[in-house]
Amino acid sequence: MVERVKTLLIGQFGEQVIVAEERSGLQPSLVIDKELLQDVCLFLRDGEETYFDFLSCISAVDDGVEAGTFTVVYHLASIPYKHQLTLKVVVQNDRQLNNLPVVPSVTGVWRTADWHEREAYDLMGVFFDGHPDLRRILLPDDWEGYPLRKDYKEAETYHGITIK
Amino acid sequence: MPPVVDKPYQEALRAYEARLASIGAEEMIINMGPQHPSTHGVLRLQLVTDGELVKEVIPHMGYLHRCFEKHAESMNYGKTIPFTDRMDYLASMNNSHAFVMGVERMLGVDERIPKRVEYIRVLVCELNRIASHLIAIGTYGIDIGAFTPFMWCFRDREHIMNMLEWVSGSRMLYNYIWVGGLFYDLPVGFEERCMEFVDYFKPKLAELDELLTRNQIFVSRTANIGVLPAEVAINYGCSGPMLRASGIKWDLRRVDAYSVYPEIEFDIPIGKGEMGALGDCWDRFKVRVDEIKESIKIIEQCLARLTKALKRTPDFDPRGFMPKKVNLKAQDYYVRAENPKGELGFYFVTQEKTDIPKRVKARGPSFNNLSVLPELARGVLIADLIAILGSIDIVLGEVDR
Repeated sequence: MVERVKTLLIGQFGEQVIVAEERSGLQPSLVIDKELLQDVCLFLRDGEETYFDFLSCISAVDDGVEAGTFTVVYHLASIPYKHQLTLKVVVQNDRQLNNLPVVPSVTGVWRTADWHEREAYDLMGVFFDGHPDLRRILLPDDWEGYPLRKDYKEAETYHGITIK
Repeated sequence: MPPVVDKPYQEALRAYEARLASIGAEEMIINMGPQHPSTHGVLRLQLVTDGELVKEVIPHMGYLHRCFEKHAESMNYGKTIPFTDRMDYLASMNNSHAFVMGVERMLGVDERIPKRVEYIRVLVCELNRIASHLIAIGTYGIDIGAFTPFMWCFRDREHIMNMLEWVSGSRMLYNYIWVGGLFYDLPVGFEERCMEFVDYFKPKLAELDELLTRNQIFVSRTANIGVLPAEVAINYGCSGPMLRASGIKWDLRRVDAYSVYPEIEFDIPIGKGEMGALGDCWDRFKVRVDEIKESIKIIEQCLARLTKALKRTPDFDPRGFMPKKVNLKAQDYYVRAENPKGELGFYFVTQEKTDIPKRVKARGPSFNNLSVLPELARGVLIADLIAILGSIDIVLGEVDR
């Protein structure tokens, strides 16, 4: 499946669309050029051969402090064809809280991405450009920092209450 | 409010506050929950209403956020299993089954698990599925105003709880399915008692079905309410009974054919729009009732095999195949399984030379099913909003994780 998708994507968008490929694990995945993500998702959703109409999951992954990158992983599934695909987007970032990694939002392609992206923003601090309502979803609105980051330090106080 | 660090990224919060500040003269904001029985847990809904009509629903979650993903990054795979139990606490067995399956596949031992272990897993998962659906049906009755089904459902669920307590030692949060095996074999005499339960439960289910399914009051409260077309359901990532009620035959037990489900015969009930439009609240309810019947079929087949071909032997050790240490190479894997509520997924990113994962992401079915609520509830009556929310069948432990 991945081979076919790769051929289709290169045919549509050119060589630069696929940044890298990961084939070592059980589920091979394609690393997509960040700028083309929305177009690629729309193409995969509506393509006659691919028809990935179901977005299972969006996960944001912190690759570690040394790596200096964040990865956003998209797990797609097709209900009529019953096949699956994993897409990834890798973003360089310096981990400053006023400079979040930015990834284009895919809420226009699958509405389910709305809450998944809010969760990724809430817990990992990935900013999704073009999201209609990117508020925190699980943590309170005044929470500081992004807890799933590897360099996250728990706060000493919350609203003036010592919590440690 | 204290100063917020990530100010540049808070336009959405300001837009939300501005939206609430600028409601019209005829509009009113009503706060529903978090401590309200009809929100099925600690879910808070902000309703922008115009008289009896709901114009907009803004859900607020996170009251039950227990940092599952952060916890999972600090301990090994075996120790995370009790945390998965607490996600969808009405279907703990199904949660740990999905989690364990993912780890086993990454280890490459999933083909070597003894058949008896797999059949026991499916048996307890299906018992748990019945228990979960009974809660869904019972509390749905109470949302609509019928009290009797609630008592009947809880009475029958209690039998399942007792049996699973006998198996695992605890009533709701089992920690029974382990990586590569089970906590213990089934207790002696369990198969017979389970058979007794099935014989007892079948007429009770027929009774329950009669009481609610075609009850005129129930039908008029649920038919043609909250109609969810299939394409909207798919676009919002709905799965499980939500998606099947909209007419899509999508059950991961068949699609992925995991565990021993390919060897078992059962049907996938889908919504047919019998009482009103396809994908209404009544269809979602009906799919759950039908799924209980299918689960009973699965249980009967499991029991038949567990008492004959895969009979217990004195030397059988359900922990015999358990790996001493879960040593994985660096890889990532997404596993999905059919929970009572829908597609439960775990995404693992493992690291070299340690049995502690780098990242575990849980994709809860309730989280995605609930996200369709603002779409379904636009322009309905407040009383119908309760009916719609009940038909989604959420568990807040899994929405918030």
